[in-house]
Amino acid sequence: MNEVKNNNIILRVENLTKLFGTKKTLAREMLKKGHDKEEILKHTGVTVAVNNVSFEVERGKVFVLIGLSGSGKSTVVRCINMLQPPTSGKIYFEGQDVESFSKSELLDYRRNKVSMVFQSFGLMSHRNVLNNVAFGLEIRGVKKSEREERAMEMISMVGLKGWEYSDISSLSGGMRQRVGIARALANNPDILLMDEPFSALDPLVRQDMQFELLSIQEKLNKTVIFITHDINEAFKLGDTVAIMRDGKIIQIDTPEGMSSNPADDYVRNFINSADKAQIYCVRSIMQTPTCLVRTRDGANHALKQMKINGVSSAFVVAEKMQFVGILTLENALKVRAGELAYQNAFIRDLPTTTPETHIADLIPIAAEASFPIAVVDENNQLSGIVTKASVLASLI
Amino acid sequence: MGGVSVLEDWLFKFPENIYINIKEPIDGAIDYMLRNWEPFFDVITKVLRSMLSGIGTFVELIPWWLLISLVFIATYAMSRKILRAILYSVLLFFIGAIGLWDLMNQTLTVVISSVIISLVFGLPIGILISSSKRANAVVRPILDTMQTMPSFVYLIPAVMLLGLGNVPAVIATTIYAIPPVIRLTSHGIQQVDVEVVEAAKSFGATKAQALFKVQIPQAMPTIMTGVNQTIMMAISMVVTCSMIGATGLGTEVLIGINRLESGTGFAAGIAIVIVAIIMDRLTQGIIREESAPNE
Ligand SMILES: Nc1ncnc2c1ncn2[C@@H]1O[C@H](COP(=O)(O)OP(=O)(O)O)[C@@H](O)[C@H]1O
Ligand SMILES: [Mg+2]
Repeated sequence: MNEVKNNNIILRVENLTKLFGTKKTLAREMLKKGHDKEEILKHTGVTVAVNNVSFEVERGKVFVLIGLSGSGKSTVVRCINMLQPPTSGKIYFEGQDVESFSKSELLDYRRNKVSMVFQSFGLMSHRNVLNNVAFGLEIRGVKKSEREERAMEMISMVGLKGWEYSDISSLSGGMRQRVGIARALANNPDILLMDEPFSALDPLVRQDMQFELLSIQEKLNKTVIFITHDINEAFKLGDTVAIMRDGKIIQIDTPEGMSSNPADDYVRNFINSADKAQIYCVRSIMQTPTCLVRTRDGANHALKQMKINGVSSAFVVAEKMQFVGILTLENALKVRAGELAYQNAFIRDLPTTTPETHIADLIPIAAEASFPIAVVDENNQLSGIVTKASVLASLI
Repeated sequence: MGGVSVLEDWLFKFPENIYINIKEPIDGAIDYMLRNWEPFFDVITKVLRSMLSGIGTFVELIPWWLLISLVFIATYAMSRKILRAILYSVLLFFIGAIGLWDLMNQTLTVVISSVIISLVFGLPIGILISSSKRANAVVRPILDTMQTMPSFVYLIPAVMLLGLGNVPAVIATTIYAIPPVIRLTSHGIQQVDVEVVEAAKSFGATKAQALFKVQIPQAMPTIMTGVNQTIMMAISMVVTCSMIGATGLGTEVLIGINRLESGTGFAAGIAIVIVAIIMDRLTQGIIREESAPNE
């Protein structure tokens, strides 16, 4: 029984400690005596980046490391692929001590077993999308035709088909990170190390990417070690979540376990911050209305706008963006045919919401609504719209 | 009273009895080299002379109309501006029209040879000092000295060791022109985004792979700026080098000075400026293409 369980552990980190600085011996003694990170830094100039961290990662699962900036998350993953050698402690990949690898074994490990995705993407601006994605294979010496075929496959998997020959500089942030993910996947690694991959992205794009990652993970069944400082992201993605503070892990649990049974006040506060997070507000998912007409515009103008934008209804505003209602294509046509007065053609009694409304409170309204919901501020000015789809997407 | 004046002298004038003679040891060292390293300098002279004659032949081989057409095509290809292409071609034609085409070729021979040598040594040295702190600590002060030392100073030993002519001119020009390509190569490589280099490492790139597949290509615009500066500095040595017997446009300037003929001097001066402008704009064009790859 025990054996079977162990076989499922792809990565084991044991008592990992990483110190930055010169007086490491002194710092280690102080650590043993129980001094904290701050004292040690003041006395010795040594930064305790990671302090006696242990955890196991199961094959095919998403393991999330969460903590504030500077808590040592990046250092942990950089030890896993040996970009930073540990000061002490062991890292076992499939039971093999990673630190004992020879130079060529280490290259092999990085080329075939672990791939990394970076916060600011780490893409090469002198290469196009295709050649960025093929980079890992090129390094490995894979034939050009073969690696390009594989890269193409990965590019379409992350939804960038058609962008193969584009410059990195012509891509948006979300698209760049898709390239980063495709590049990491192209190597077909066992473990994907993702160091705050979505932190640099807008909330909406971030949700897209989280969804994308989950669906890729489902398809390929990769083991993912994911770093974030956003508890919502952690709970959404993680099978297991480890929360770090000052280089130490203070709790490892499933999202449910952690919410229902936080180890201490620090964890409790971290979890509570989730509800207050911007991401839960309408503001984070609202969009600018694509088709906007004014009460003094006529039906013909409204029809033209709808046609240009390819929609079948327009949001109507009075002076100073005061929200009035919605003009449907049907009503606009009636106005043009003379069957209806323009001023009477708007649908006026619609549900509205505010930017500060919690998305959770919007769900019943969204479920009923037949049009996108108008977001208005306290002066009834239209500040955006929320579509049913974006409300639902934010819940994933 | 006398004591006070001695003290005053000592305070306000540098004491005469403190004197370190470094002139004689330097003379001695040059003498020593001259006597004992002759075979070595012979080899250098031979290599440089054959290089010069090779490049010289090549330059002469290009007919005037071909060179003008090449400049036209290159300028147009880089800037997409037909007027600019015409302007540079006309300027080049003008050099021929004022009777300086052959001298320009001779000058180009020295400049091109010096630039090639500067790049052959400068690029690897720049790459080396970008990654090795120790190499950096050795090379930096040498570069600083090379850049601040007035070039006349090393013309003397160059002439003594290598004789008069184009050979010492190439050496002197190289010493003067090599620092920018070294500095900017190293600077360009160092300023490549650490995360990009780290990404390469994390995918299992060896040091050489990271260098040649990531760092150097990413640093290319900066490296090309260094190449451009090296070319410009090589051209700026033309007149100085004519004083140690380099042939070409610089000689005309010297003749102008010696005979007090303003026209001769200016004509050659203008030709040098034209050569410099064309070379500068063409290399700048390459830099722009490097830093803004096609959409
Ligand atoms: N290369 C380094 N040299 C010195 N200190 C470092 C280095 N990398 C990280 N640190 C320090 O280690 C601590 C943890 O950093 P890091 O692992 O990047 O945290 P996180 O990713 O959680 O923000 C920080 O105090 C940081 O300043
Ligand atoms: Mg970090």
